[in-house]
Amino acid sequence: MIGRDLLGIEDLERSEIERILDTADHMREIGTRDVKKVPTLRGRTIINLFFEASTRTRASFEIAGKRLSADVINFSPGSSSLKKAESILDTAKTLDAMDPDAVVVRHEVSGVPRRIADVLEAPVINAGDGAHEHPTQALLDCFTVRQVKGRIDGLTVTIVGDILHSRVARSNIHAFRKLGAEVRVAAPPTMLPIAIEETLGVKAFTSLREALDGADVVMALRIQNERLAGAFFPSVREYSATFGIDRAKLHYAKEDAIVMHPGPINRGVELSHDLTDHRPSVILDQVRNGVAVRMAVLYLFAGRAPRAAGPPGPGAGA
Amino acid sequence: MTPSSPQSPGSPDSGPVAGRTPDPVATRNPASRGARTLLDDAGIERSLMRIAHEIVERSPDPEKLYLVAIPNGGVPLARRLARDLRQVADLSVPVGILDTTLYRDDLQSTGERPPLRRTEMPSAVDEHVVILVDDVVKTGRTIRAAMDALMDFGRPRAVQVVGLIDRGHRELPIKLDYVGKNVPTHPGEEVQLRNVEGEEGALELVIFGSPAGGDEDSGGAGGAA
Repeated sequence: MIGRDLLGIEDLERSEIERILDTADHMREIGTRDVKKVPTLRGRTIINLFFEASTRTRASFEIAGKRLSADVINFSPGSSSLKKAESILDTAKTLDAMDPDAVVVRHEVSGVPRRIADVLEAPVINAGDGAHEHPTQALLDCFTVRQVKGRIDGLTVTIVGDILHSRVARSNIHAFRKLGAEVRVAAPPTMLPIAIEETLGVKAFTSLREALDGADVVMALRIQNERLAGAFFPSVREYSATFGIDRAKLHYAKEDAIVMHPGPINRGVELSHDLTDHRPSVILDQVRNGVAVRMAVLYLFAGRAPRAAGPPGPGAGA
Repeated sequence: MTPSSPQSPGSPDSGPVAGRTPDPVATRNPASRGARTLLDDAGIERSLMRIAHEIVERSPDPEKLYLVAIPNGGVPLARRLARDLRQVADLSVPVGILDTTLYRDDLQSTGERPPLRRTEMPSAVDEHVVILVDDVVKTGRTIRAAMDALMDFGRPRAVQVVGLIDRGHRELPIKLDYVGKNVPTHPGEEVQLRNVEGEEGALELVIFGSPAGGDEDSGGAGGAA
């Protein structure tokens, strides 16, 4: 059973995650054809509602929608009436009145996609909200690991970097744990959420060496300068020396460990230059798989039944 | 709903974490009450061998043949047919697999989406005479979807269809070029290709369900049950 909205990995059952990954497996084949398009969502409309700037994720959703023959419309604050102080929910409701079959939402504040889902007829897909979740990123990361390693069950996944501010980390922790992996996080103490071991079921390390010991997957997170108002580490150079991944530090992990990064990369900070471009880095596989995973998500979520009971309109939700 | 093959095969929650489902024909919920064998493994083999002879007879340019299986049932049949063509005329015919799910005409309906199946087209179809292979043909809607899908892979010189069972009830103007067996059925009945339990690779075609149709017996059997 697949639900109405995709708001976070935390809400999903293992079987739902696997259903999405299995579907993506088949969607990948379409990307290898000369004609990279199937008629599945012909006549459907998908709105990308991106309050927060994004190029990669938006482009990935747009390509995914178009490969399924949907009409994809991009709305972003710069070009909408948000500048005229229309509220977020009013904007969303206005778009909903145009009868889209799915609304893909990104916002810099955690929880906005859920609030929007409460008042919309159309299914809502979270494309990243604040420091909360980024479910399709986690799905494509799991997909990539499954593709390269053949499994997820029993693997050790180490996520390195700004765990505190990272929705990618949160979604990946939920996803990999639900699929049977052991998840570790490594960061300077200032970048680890309080009580993360108890709340999210991971092992937390402040020593990269210990965190990498025996790891199958090493995932580096971007240092998000735009979110780092305070001083979380002394300097970028020191961060890079302590938590940046290079070939020497990678030796702590398993011999066949792979290196991932959600992008965009600060080259030479989170990952050394040579690791960014060459195996065992799978960064471009992640990007490629992102389209297949988002096709799977749109196939499974877009254009399905509107809310079963009750007349349309606000107040019915929440 | 599903055109020629009954309901959506395979369980909705598909396979293990690590990978695809190798199994072309699902071993479905074993005993559907009152299932009757239409063709046993030997009968299927005889039909395919006869069809292989017919194909060779009617193909002016047999080097350009290309078999394309419609999963799930068409996959083992196309493999056998390729083997028979090799035996009959020493032909080496490529076998592709083409999932029609994303081309179905009932995706506008709401509700849970049907699971996808494998597509593997080993080489270009251009200039080839493509023979679609399906186990059971009923409404013709799956064949229509398969033709649309095929065109996305190129421009075949011609397209023909093999159906192991033609059970009637056509809803589109689709005619089979090669038929294993014509079986008059009631709309409510189910016809399925199955792996014979315990026998590696052995197939059988069974029919079951109530002729009246619409009963729980027929409707539920191929579905999620």
